[in-house]
Amino acid sequence: MGLKTVEEISADSAFSFTPGKSKLGNKYDWLIFMGPAMLLVGVFFIAPVIIVFIISFTDMSSLTGFSNWSWIGFDNWIKIFTHPQSSQHVGVTVIYVFFTLVFFNVGLALVLSILTTHIPKAAGFAFRALWLIPRITPVVVYIMMWRYLMADSPYGIFNEIFFRPLGLDTSEMVSAHPYIAIILVNGFIGASFGMIIFTSAIESISKDMMNASLVDGANIMQRIRHIIIPQIKWPLMFVTTFQTLSLITSFEQIMILTDGAYGTEVWSLWAYHKGLNNYFGQFQWGFAMALAGILVIISIVFCIAYLKFFKFSDMIQEPKIETL
Amino acid sequence: MIAVSKIRTFPWGKVVPFTILLIFSIPLILGIYWIIISTFSVSTRGLIPIDSAGNPGGLTLANWSFLKDPEVWRLTWNTFVLATTLTFGVLLVSSMAGYALSRINFKGRKTFLGSTMVLQAFPATTLLIATYFVLRFISGVPLLSVFGYDTLGGVILVSIATQLPLGIWLMKGFFDAIPWDLERAALIDGCSRWRTFRQILLPQIRPGIAALSVFSFIIGWSSFLIPYSFMTNQDTAVISTYINRLMQDTAPVNYSTVAAVGLFQLIPVIFFFIFTQKYLLAIFAGGMKGGS
Repeated sequence: MGLKTVEEISADSAFSFTPGKSKLGNKYDWLIFMGPAMLLVGVFFIAPVIIVFIISFTDMSSLTGFSNWSWIGFDNWIKIFTHPQSSQHVGVTVIYVFFTLVFFNVGLALVLSILTTHIPKAAGFAFRALWLIPRITPVVVYIMMWRYLMADSPYGIFNEIFFRPLGLDTSEMVSAHPYIAIILVNGFIGASFGMIIFTSAIESISKDMMNASLVDGANIMQRIRHIIIPQIKWPLMFVTTFQTLSLITSFEQIMILTDGAYGTEVWSLWAYHKGLNNYFGQFQWGFAMALAGILVIISIVFCIAYLKFFKFSDMIQEPKIETL
Repeated sequence: MIAVSKIRTFPWGKVVPFTILLIFSIPLILGIYWIIISTFSVSTRGLIPIDSAGNPGGLTLANWSFLKDPEVWRLTWNTFVLATTLTFGVLLVSSMAGYALSRINFKGRKTFLGSTMVLQAFPATTLLIATYFVLRFISGVPLLSVFGYDTLGGVILVSIATQLPLGIWLMKGFFDAIPWDLERAALIDGCSRWRTFRQILLPQIRPGIAALSVFSFIIGWSSFLIPYSFMTNQDTAVISTYINRLMQDTAPVNYSTVAAVGLFQLIPVIFFFIFTQKYLLAIFAGGMKGGS
């Protein structure tokens, strides 16, 4: 990025200036600015995507090591369909994604954003801040909090405060109701994303329209049904698709909470266990890459859908480049 | 006037939404309250602190004795190094790329901008196993091995990369909001791109830089999955992996001690959060607003 002399720059820019087509600075300046980002994206996004698919066609594992492996074609991909555990992992993933999405990441998010915009501004802001805490809390600390909330009597908070006084079952809740546990834990983090986006969408609905609905005597349910929901249709769809994808591929919280025990090993955690981290230290990289490859394909499909349906391409047309 | 009186008699009032919000928030409120209480208690039953005999009471500072443990401070230092280098890395790389995408017309600009946007939605966790191979490969390259597998350097690089799509997108947005005139004058007067960027544009987006810094620092300080996956060495572990180890211990877990370490990790985050929540909200929403 050597400094240029005044003459060079003048030659580049000022004196060769033609409206609408000026070239300011050096022709390859962009490479200096883009270089580091392109390198990192190449090494840690593009290369891994290629590696996933390449290794999925090998029998590489901790037995073959990095040198004694061989190509086995589509065997790993076929194995996914014949593996006795596949359907169980698909099942838990579908249940987990569906219920977290419907009840929390979209449902509760919508409830929170509607309620916090219908109480005094400061209180609404305070509640939204409270709901952001799960998202910013270090994930291990957050899971620790839930473990204790759901612990057995006489320790667990839910059991001690709500269930024991009612004479209900007070055993440890994570192992007793593992699906509810993973859905709750992830849902309380996920709700804030939709909440923020819905809130700004609701706040941008014109006040006239909101007031008109009051004057016309609409009750809150009618107002939600006929004013708010239609007005935030796009954010709703965006949050739904975005959160679907991130739920399908997320496993961090589940890993810390149960590590896949009690039938909670979702697809992405299964792949992670097979390929990177398990109790026995036996890795089947080839198979794990095929499992991850399914997720990569799903992700790519979703990303293409974003580009198409959310008009992302329109958003990248307008920046201030040097057409004067 | 009619409208005003209608609003005053609005049947749902403020009480009902408030109550519903409180009910939904109960787990959060109880959980946070418990973390604070238990760090000062021998043990807890529900939310009630108890002493070793099982009677209510038993407030103590013993759980904080980990602060005298040099290992914890080494982990804290590692975490701090991870968080600060991540912050600097993300700021440097994404401000440079954001500048180019906002201001320079080059071939492939649109493609890169599009992929930056799409990569925000692309879940990097699907690539963790493959990233392991990348780091393994880097380990084998002479001179680059400090960024390889099982090093803090490698973890930092991977973390920077995963934050880049959001960082670049935000930075580009900040640059887009700055009028072009000042900079054009400088460029025509013969100032280089690099100097224009550093001396004219960067000072203008200070609030944006501050927001992204706080955000990146919190991400780095809290991160678990990447250090956990790529640093098996105890010497370079971070607080998150340490807490996880305490929690997964096969012996009965002393939650009060773990909670104290957890609160120790949480305090800086909450501190930043309280003072910068407006900016953070903007980042959480801003990066993802596309298409709404």
